[in-house]
Amino acid sequence: MRKNILNKVLKLGVFISLFISTQVVKAQNLINGKKLYETRCLACHQSDGGGVPNMNPPLDGSSNVNGKDIARLVKIVKNGYDERIALDGMYYSNAMTANPDFTDQQIADVLTYVRTSWSNKASKITLAQVKAANSKHKISAQK
Amino acid sequence: MKKGIQILFLILAAFSINGIAQENAGLKLPAGFKASLYANNIGAARHITVTKAGVVFAKLNYPNKEGNAIVRLEDANNDGVADKVNGWANYPGTGIYVKGNSLYASSNEAIFKYELNSKDEVVNPQSPLTIVSGLLNRRQHESKSITFDKENNIYVNIGAYSNACQIEDRKAGSQGRVPCNILDSAGGIWKFNASKENQTYKDGKRYATGLRNVVGLDWNHQTNQLYVAQHGRDQLNSFYPNLYTDAQNAELPAETFYAINEGDNAGWPYIYYDPAQHKKIVSPEYGGDGKKEGASEYKDPAVAFPAHMAPMAVLFYTGNQFPEKYKNGAFISFHGSWNRAPLPQEGFFVAFVPFKDGKATGDWEIFANGFAGVEADVKVTNTAKAKARPCGLAQGPDGSIYVSDDTKGAIFKISYGQ
Repeated sequence: MRKNILNKVLKLGVFISLFISTQVVKAQNLINGKKLYETRCLACHQSDGGGVPNMNPPLDGSSNVNGKDIARLVKIVKNGYDERIALDGMYYSNAMTANPDFTDQQIADVLTYVRTSWSNKASKITLAQVKAANSKHKISAQK
Repeated sequence: MKKGIQILFLILAAFSINGIAQENAGLKLPAGFKASLYANNIGAARHITVTKAGVVFAKLNYPNKEGNAIVRLEDANNDGVADKVNGWANYPGTGIYVKGNSLYASSNEAIFKYELNSKDEVVNPQSPLTIVSGLLNRRQHESKSITFDKENNIYVNIGAYSNACQIEDRKAGSQGRVPCNILDSAGGIWKFNASKENQTYKDGKRYATGLRNVVGLDWNHQTNQLYVAQHGRDQLNSFYPNLYTDAQNAELPAETFYAINEGDNAGWPYIYYDPAQHKKIVSPEYGGDGKKEGASEYKDPAVAFPAHMAPMAVLFYTGNQFPEKYKNGAFISFHGSWNRAPLPQEGFFVAFVPFKDGKATGDWEIFANGFAGVEADVKVTNTAKAKARPCGLAQGPDGSIYVSDDTKGAIFKISYGQ
């Protein structure tokens, strides 16, 4: 009986500490994402994610950023973007710098920051989603 | 009581939103000047031009909601606000210029010529003559701004489709191309005959080179010389964090204003102008370290402005309405920066450069401010938040000047006296 309670308490303790640690990890991911944004993205996309008219597209309120095509977002962060982009009725013309040195976790973190900041309320991006997007690219690259 | 205050606040808020309470259309001007909101929401108004009878034409960056990319505006009752507005054409672009009874407008690849009747109405809106076509448009720095000399020649900017002529544009660590092959067909000013149809590169002449992107240019009729304002390169700190801090990037390089002679080379992409050192410095893509000086063969600027403010138009003032000091001096509109982030942005104003004996004195001043919609001592931190961004400049027959905005499409009319 006592053993049983102890077991339950232990289980609960493990659960709580796991929960707390994942929350800490999540918070840390967001902090990392913000830091990456500030050093690698902010110059062009600005601190409010508003971008620069006709040049650098906004991330705040952007249908692409908040959309479901995660693979495309991963690809853009990693490889940059060198075409004129049409977004929400406007055109943006500057080339975006690639970030080939970003790890999959860093891509997940910066995308999570961008998708949950300012007025954006899209889902967070997990490491698994970035990895899935990468394999999707490999497949499409082989075609 | 509380309710009364709330209502008062609501009324005040309504006033400020509607702009009714805004003196001088919200602009801050030197004493004795006044401004009116000549037009608003006409679409992204780039360059503007005014006929001898005071009709204004604006070239829009892309078609407005009516589908027009050139707009004609007329203030028939002369109250400082356009009351007759219509338009035509659907091609994006920046340049527009009235010369006699001809109206020239540019797309991002070509220059067209329209004919005006005695009422300054366009006779052939759907069938302009094509004066020049086939100019490079690789979307970056695509504006084809135009001006004219006294001898019926057009000068057109062909901007470089690149930041610093790297092998891979805006990629950290990518070296500069040697030589920069962009310069054979872009990154300079080309000269064409203003009345000959169907010209392209082979019919024109590269008049000046080594200019990354010139959106503002004007002919100084007093000295019979072309003046251009260049947009300097971006992102020194992003690509060379070991050489440039964020604070240094915010001040480097200068936005440069040049008095151009035929054959001049302003040195892009090999050098940039450092306004603190007063020197041409070798670009890091070409082995520079922030200190190494560039070749002396490259042109020195007539005036060096703070970095990244983006000069959009140059207007030599030839009117008689403004005080004497403005005569033959240059107004330059500054769009406002983005590449000063994370530091606050600069610009969003019209500057004045006094000229003495046909030369810029360098003691430039802010002439008209307040376009961004923030108080004069408050800086814009995020470029897209600016309410209006100054772009085109033109002088009316009465000596007033007009300033366009290419966000929502306002046109401000600035006058002196009365």
